[in-house]
Order: sequence, then structure tokens, then C-alpha cells
Amino acid sequence: MQKLLVEDLHKRYGDNEVLKGVSLSANAGDVICIIGSSGSGKSTLLRCINLLEQPNQGKISLNGEAMQLVPDRNGALKAADPKQLQRMRSRLAMVFQHFNLWAHMTALENVIEAPIHVLGQSKAQAIERAEHFLSRVGVAHRKNMYPAHLSGGEQQRVAIARALAMEPEVMLFDEPTSALDPELVGEVLKVMRDLAQEGRTMIVVTHEMGFAREVSNSAIFLHQGLVEEQGAPGEILANPRSERLRQFLSGSLK
Amino acid sequence: MLNLEVMGSSLPLYFGGVVVTLKLLAVSLIVGLLAAVPLAVLRASPNVWLSRPVWLFTYVFRGTPLLVQLFLIYYGLAQFSWVRESVLWPWFSSAWFCSMFAFALNTCAYTTEIIAGAISATHHGEVEAARAMGMSPFTLYRRIVLPSALRRALPAYSNEVIMMLHGTSLASIVTLMDITGAAREVNSRYYLPFEAFITAAGFYLALTFVLVGLFHLAEKRWLVHLAPRT
Repeated sequence: MQKLLVEDLHKRYGDNEVLKGVSLSANAGDVICIIGSSGSGKSTLLRCINLLEQPNQGKISLNGEAMQLVPDRNGALKAADPKQLQRMRSRLAMVFQHFNLWAHMTALENVIEAPIHVLGQSKAQAIERAEHFLSRVGVAHRKNMYPAHLSGGEQQRVAIARALAMEPEVMLFDEPTSALDPELVGEVLKVMRDLAQEGRTMIVVTHEMGFAREVSNSAIFLHQGLVEEQGAPGEILANPRSERLRQFLSGSLK
Repeated sequence: MLNLEVMGSSLPLYFGGVVVTLKLLAVSLIVGLLAAVPLAVLRASPNVWLSRPVWLFTYVFRGTPLLVQLFLIYYGLAQFSWVRESVLWPWFSSAWFCSMFAFALNTCAYTTEIIAGAISATHHGEVEAARAMGMSPFTLYRRIVLPSALRRALPAYSNEVIMMLHGTSLASIVTLMDITGAAREVNSRYYLPFEAFITAAGFYLALTFVLVGLFHLAEKRWLVHLAPRT
């Protein structure tokens, strides 16, 4: 079953075209890794999917429902119906490179916030589910602590619990381990690996080639705003066809 | 040395003055703060049609002395016959109302800038996370931006409250018997300016001490998330 479909996405910053027509499709249970050197447009692609960045052209649909987009006066696309955008965003949870937890709320408050105030769950129900997700990612013992008092790895796991609490259709990960100390990367990758095994649909922008190879079932290599190569990660990472991917892999080989 | 007898016997006058001072302070702070929150949201808006008028208001009220504002409202408006004949005259002829009105406008202007600064300094990633969760702009402000900004504004706001406490002493010039008014009364009765005003200063110090203590408690309660881990 197709969950997410992105067609012919273009994004310009002034004269600089960062995405030159990128398409992507994710079925239920797919784990798609987006790789590429910095500046290749991979984060921009992810952020266009939930309209944190406004694409200039393209179509996005979730579960067959197309996002209604209209051009604003600068020529970028914006949501025609803010209510629809909010509903679609609530089903596309995002995990950020810098965690972006709400600093004035404890870990537990971070996780129950959107289920209560966006999905309309009762507080008791939201707390029960939040505690479940916090223990799933292994930070239940930290639930009453503020983000600033947690390690980076713990913060990112709270952020993953916050995304899970939305029961999203698709989870978007924007370089989730890039801001972490090397010894903390493993704990976050392990959580993500468990989620993938559960059958969650995930789009992951990452520099972790090991994760891409072992966990994802599809890898997309972006280069200068275009999909340069795409396929099963075991194949394209082992036998890259394009010179660009070969260069990229030799630079990031681990 | 000091005439302690006069100081002791005039204490009831000062206690009455404390009540007047606290009333002026409380009313102007409450009105000023309630108006400042929505104004700060407009002031921090990227839309210049919303932010410019608020900028002009805060510029005028922060750019002129509080005493001049009070004189303009209390003495100045009374000069015009259409003001004296309007339905608002019962209010604008009252020293009480004019003082509170001037103080509320003044503290509102400063508080607006304090909160607007805190709103603008909101960590952009936290705003993005809220939007990515599907929050509406209203929920985003109500649940994320304002709770975070108001907390961070607390230390600066505690300064504003203490400045405003001292600012209320100007009400004594338009006949109100606040702490300073009591001191002026004692001075004119006994011609003992040092005793009169050192007593007033003592009362202001005591009130400041209490206010600082209250803000210290508030910061402990609402700013734990910024404190170093213990």
C-alpha cells in the first residue's frame, strides 16, 4: 500500500535551484534512506514533504490524499487549506538533527503536548501512551527531567518518542544522529532499527552508511538536486553505477 | 540626631501610603501586563503593518519621561473643553485614574518590548517542531512560544516591576497620598525633610526586598529548565 508519494519536487532559493525535480514513493513499511554530500538537497527534500520549506513546484500526497498547494506571491507553493496541512503534518512526524525539544517542558510534557493539543486526546490517555513510548525508547526514568538536563542521545530518544506518540503514517528523520557524540550515535540508531523492524514507514536523511545498508530497503542518492542513483542499498552501495556515488562512498567509507 | 518621636508618630500615615502605593502598582502592572502580551505578539510579527504601530507606541512611551506623561494626562487634557464635557471627564478629572492610566501605559510599553524581545529570541527549532506536529498558529503561540518567552522574560520583568514601584512615587505630585505623599506631608508638618524621606526610603526598600523575593521564587518555579543540572 502506498503511503507517501512525492512527484517532481522543485525548490529554489533565489537563483539557486536546490531541488531540480525529485520524486519519491514510500509503501507501508518502507525504510528509505536519502544519502548525498552536503548541499545535495537531501534535508531540503525532507523538509518540503511537510512544508517546513515551501517547494516551488511538485506534488505531495499521503495515503492517496493530495496536499492542496497554491502559489504565494513569491512563486513558492503554500497550503491552500491550513487545516488540511495541519492534519497531514500531524500524520508525518519529524525527528530533527538538533532534537528541537520544547525546552520549558519535561520529557513527558514534550511527548503528551501534541497528542493533547493537536489530536485531542485526554490528558490521562496521553500520559499513559507517552510513558509507554518513553520506555520503548529507553528513557522512561528521565520523564520528569528537562531537555537541557538530558544527554544528546537521551534528548533524541525523547524526540523519537514525541514523534511516535502522534501514531504517524510516515516518520521523517532529518540527520537524527549528526549532532550526537560518536558514543551516543549507537543508542539512537538502535531505537530506529527497532522501529524499522516493527514495520514503520520511515524516510531517513543520514550519513550513517552502515544504517542505510543494514536497515533500509531502499536508498536514494541525491546529487546537485537530482536523484543520481536509487535502489536496494545492498546493491547501489556495494556496486555504485555512477562515478558520483562512487566518489561519495569512497569519501564516507567506514 | 534623628527625631524618632516624629518618625514613630507619623508611621500610620506611611502605612496608609503603602496601601496607596501598592494599589497604584498592582493596577498598573496588571493592566499593563495584560495589554503587553498581545501587543508583544504584534510587535514581534514579521508583518510591518502589525509591528510598526506597536513600535510607535512603545517608542513614544519609552522615549518620554513618566512625569511628563502624567502631567499631560492629568493637567494637559483638562485644558480642552471637549474633554471636560465628555463622558470620560469623571475619570480624567481624578488623580487616581490619571495616575493609574499613565503608569499602566508606561509599564505596558516597557513590558511589550521585554516580551517581544523574548518572543523573537524563541529557538527557531522549537517553533518548527510545533509546526511539524500540526499545531495551528494559535496553539503554537498559546502552548509553545508564549509560555517559553514569558518564562525567559521574568528576570527582565522583575526589573521593570521594581522601576515601576519607584515610578509610582510621582503620584504624590498629583496629590495622591502614597508613601512619598506621606513623606511630603510629614515634611511640611514638621519641617524635618531627612526624617520624612528616610522613612519613605525605608518603606520602598522593604517593598523592593519583598518583590525581589517573590521574583526569586517565581524564577525557581518557572525557570528550572534553564538552571544548571543539580
